[in-house]
Amino acid sequence: MDLLALEPPGWGGNLLRGLLNSVIIAVGAFGFGLAIGIGGAYGKLYGGPILRDLLEVYTTIVRAVPELVLILILYFAGTDLINRVLEALGYARIDINGLVAGIWVLAVVQGAYSTEVLRGAILSIPQGQIEAARAYGMAPMLMMRRITLPAMLPFAIPGLANLWLIATKDTALLAIVGFNELTQETRTASGQTKAYFTFFLAAGVLYLLLTLVSNQIIARVERWSRRGMPSVSGSTR
Amino acid sequence: MNVASAASPSAGQTAAEAIHVENLHKKFGELHVLKGVSLSARDGDVVAIIGGSGSGKSTLLRCINCLENPTSGIIRVNAEEIRLKADSHGNTVPADRRQIERIRSKLGMVFQNFNLWSHMTLIENVIEVPIHVLGVPRAEAITTAEALLARVGLAEKRDVYPAFMSGGQQQRGAIARALAIQPRVMLFDEPTSALDPELVGEVLKVIADLAREGRTMILVTHEMKFAREVATHVVFLRNGIVEEEGPPDQLFGAPKTEALKQFIRTVG
Ligand SMILES: Nc1ncnc2c1ncn2[C@@H]1O[C@H](COP(=O)(O)OP(=O)(O)O)[C@@H](O)[C@H]1O
Ligand SMILES: [Mg+2]
Repeated sequence: MDLLALEPPGWGGNLLRGLLNSVIIAVGAFGFGLAIGIGGAYGKLYGGPILRDLLEVYTTIVRAVPELVLILILYFAGTDLINRVLEALGYARIDINGLVAGIWVLAVVQGAYSTEVLRGAILSIPQGQIEAARAYGMAPMLMMRRITLPAMLPFAIPGLANLWLIATKDTALLAIVGFNELTQETRTASGQTKAYFTFFLAAGVLYLLLTLVSNQIIARVERWSRRGMPSVSGSTR
Repeated sequence: MNVASAASPSAGQTAAEAIHVENLHKKFGELHVLKGVSLSARDGDVVAIIGGSGSGKSTLLRCINCLENPTSGIIRVNAEEIRLKADSHGNTVPADRRQIERIRSKLGMVFQNFNLWSHMTLIENVIEVPIHVLGVPRAEAITTAEALLARVGLAEKRDVYPAFMSGGQQQRGAIARALAIQPRVMLFDEPTSALDPELVGEVLKVIADLAREGRTMILVTHEMKFAREVATHVVFLRNGIVEEEGPPDQLFGAPKTEALKQFIRTVG
């Protein structure tokens, strides 16, 4: 157990820092993915034919290619592309922050799935409620903010909850590009001490705790989003 | 309910024009639903639109606030003509979105299926448009909304979500939502058709009260007795044209066309 102590020579502190990095990336990727998803869902539902085709290409490719491959492509090709553009414009190359790159790479993946979850949820809103918003003179942005997004939430929560849990675990894939999230820290610690079992078990427990805490929060958000709906089991609120 | 049509403060030649529809055509693809309909309502008028299912009543009502885009024709609301243009596919669409939004915010629409926003409590439904579209201060909107809810008999349902109310309560709530925008004209599309028979009366009573106080309304309805009592003018729509129109006593008492006679026989 000394190996897991928070202070060096224990590795516990490193593991917790790794967990924090994982959570930051997951939150960022999920959040930006959600923003991409809202734009993507609206584009697919209401956009012109060209935009719709482009979004179809995006969601299809991202969902077809294994995430690990995508991450490698987006990470290396993405940073390379940015630097080439910078050089072409006469700026110096930059060192892209691993955290920022990790967030964006996973956000692109999350965005494709979010697009489909939100598109389905918007289609599930009783059409009359959208019509009432139009009939009362709501402008498109106002309608999105006040009616469409809150009304689709109960239909989107189960899918979004899955996406969040996937986001927390996809952060482990960033170990491959050397980012110090939880899995990478665990590899480092166990590699140095040869205590593989101890460290991977500890990491597993941390991932499990993250999921359990997430489930608590998701359940609350879901209950709140369904506040206007009679409960399925029959008892009222 | 005993609202003599003669008693309503309508139809005086001096009242201003609220709605004017002229030679309105609407096609859904090949289907020609409205074939040159004209209609007008002055302040205080209660215009009832009757006709068989599929005759175009809802479409006519929905064209007035551009929930459907008319194919051709003139629509004036509040003496302001809705500007239309052709889009790249040759469909007629509003030329100015802002104008449509402005016009819509003066028309209180009541739907067959209520269409209250399910994620908002009743009072939140009623204050939503005043606050976010019309810019009324929140406190003022709430005061007005509470008075309106009391008026339609729903004061104690203030903080209840629509899914927990009966159809009749939801529809009265929807009427309060429409009144909250202080509409120039109320548009009703078969407001009682989705209700259980025992709930129809409570909604009709609210509408009759509005008619009695001189509200301008256009009302699509299957309740012939009610139309006769509250309307100042009745329009009989058939196959997308106005087959016959006039004061209710004339239309129901002495229908001229064979089609209307038959319609009254089957419905009434
Ligand atoms: N959005 C639509 N697309 C295609 N056809 C429609 C649409 N809305 C209505 N219609 C058709 O137009 C006709 C008139 O419909 P409607 O105005 O709803 O009739 P009513 O309200 O008098 O029963 C019907 O044949 C209906 O099927
Ligand atoms: Mg109809």
